[in-house]
Amino acid sequence: MNRTAARYRNLILFVLPALLVYTAFAVFPLVNSVGLSFFDSDGPTDVFVGAENYVHLFTNPATSGRFWNALGNSVEFFLIHLIVELPIGLLMAALLTSGVLRRSVGIYRTLLFIPATLSVVIVGFVWRLIISPLWGVVAFPLLGTEATALPTISLMSVWQYVGIPMVFLYTALLAIPNDVLEAARIDGAGGWTQFWRIKFPLIAPQFGLITILTFIWTFNGFDIVYALNGSAPGPNYSTDIFGTLFYRTFFGSSGQVADQDLGATIATVISRSSC
Amino acid sequence: MTRSATAARPLGITVTHVLLIAFVILAIAPVLVVIMNSFKTTPGIFLSPFGLPDAETFSLKGYESVLKRGNFLVNYRNSILVTVGTTAAVVVLSTLAAWALTEYKVRIAPLLAGFFILGIMLPIRLGTVPILRTMISWGLIDTLTALILVYTAMQLPLAIALMMTYFRSVPGELKEAAKIDGAGELRTLGIALPLVRPGIAAVASITMLPVWNDLWFPLILAPSRENQTVTLGVQQFVGQFQNDYPALLAALTLGAVPLIVLFTVFSRQFINGLSAGYGK
Repeated sequence: MNRTAARYRNLILFVLPALLVYTAFAVFPLVNSVGLSFFDSDGPTDVFVGAENYVHLFTNPATSGRFWNALGNSVEFFLIHLIVELPIGLLMAALLTSGVLRRSVGIYRTLLFIPATLSVVIVGFVWRLIISPLWGVVAFPLLGTEATALPTISLMSVWQYVGIPMVFLYTALLAIPNDVLEAARIDGAGGWTQFWRIKFPLIAPQFGLITILTFIWTFNGFDIVYALNGSAPGPNYSTDIFGTLFYRTFFGSSGQVADQDLGATIATVISRSSC
Repeated sequence: MTRSATAARPLGITVTHVLLIAFVILAIAPVLVVIMNSFKTTPGIFLSPFGLPDAETFSLKGYESVLKRGNFLVNYRNSILVTVGTTAAVVVLSTLAAWALTEYKVRIAPLLAGFFILGIMLPIRLGTVPILRTMISWGLIDTLTALILVYTAMQLPLAIALMMTYFRSVPGELKEAAKIDGAGELRTLGIALPLVRPGIAAVASITMLPVWNDLWFPLILAPSRENQTVTLGVQQFVGQFQNDYPALLAALTLGAVPLIVLFTVFSRQFINGLSAGYGK
């Protein structure tokens, strides 16, 4: 009995600092956000209004229009991101682990990951410069056209972050036990066969993980769109995603008055939908 | 069989290198272009954007502008304070927590562990509204402390998960031997520490990167000129001085290079940490 009690006490003592910070600044705020969305704090005191904020969000044409627009854009952002980054990351990882390189693996791996170390401001600015009609690599104003703006930003984001799926898949490929590959080689399987029939199925679980992480990440995405197009991202809100909608609603912008409860409502809807 | 393998090899090697080099060029070229052009005069930038600066176009005007009009030394100080502070806090807190969670096998241990690990998926930004209000009511609005607290909370889940995997691989006999020799809890932890040093390095690496590069929380919690981080500072600078291209490129270079250098030095720890943490 005494030993167990001592264990409990020790556990709590060691865990307490982390628990406090984490609960106070991550868990509590999220729970609180859900709570905030049920109130109206425009007046002198907070008034409990039940689901009124949610109703307002979905029925008021101004807000619900923006909301569904942002939802559609977020989905598009996510899909483009995923569809482009998975094959490219896979290809990179496959090349790095194909066994034909020796000392250069580390160098390639590091270099390929460098875009992920850049801040979004740099990524956005550099690419905007490169594709701007001024520099002449591309004559067409990709960012200024409604139809191409969001895909362009998605691709910039993929450029920045493709290193991450690459690292996951690379590590997964490395983890395949050598005996399996040896056996295959002895049985006459060439490189191509080896890859598709042995390595690929064994790393397939990673695809699920990458999809989930990409989903979470893109639905919370904000930085790159904000860095490029500001908080009311056009043209004509075509690059407005959930993150920017939330920011703009909560903090207001030149065309919109701030509304904190609506912001909280949006945040709650986002978190519910990404669970 | 062996003959076709060796015959295929040279071609395979070449193709692999070609593809990888192509990817590398795609990855690195934009960065190099920025760095290169930051050392040029404005006409130099636009006349030959992809050429190296020569005697005519070489200029440090951009850097002069940045250092004069921007606030970069202050920004660097802030970023370093926030990043180092957060990393230190995360390393210490996660090591203590992970040690306890793997050492004390009582019933609430897995519950607590799960509580933390759930946080890996929690989008902390969505709690921004309450966080902001808390900071205001605690008088921490527009301080670096606010950033450190929030970032620590943000990074703890992954750090704890990571450290737990490292602590699990510490051999039980080592801890037993220490206890028999009369070591208390902290001493036993001290004995296990050298064995989990790679874990600490991994945690530090993957904590520093998102904290340094974050735009959202500095924008909301520490926006004044005094307290801007490098990432926010560069963003504001770009927003303000839209047409001063040498200065803009110099600002971007100053913002990007330190982290690239740091990453190159610590890349192995970083990549190990990334895959180990998320993989589990």
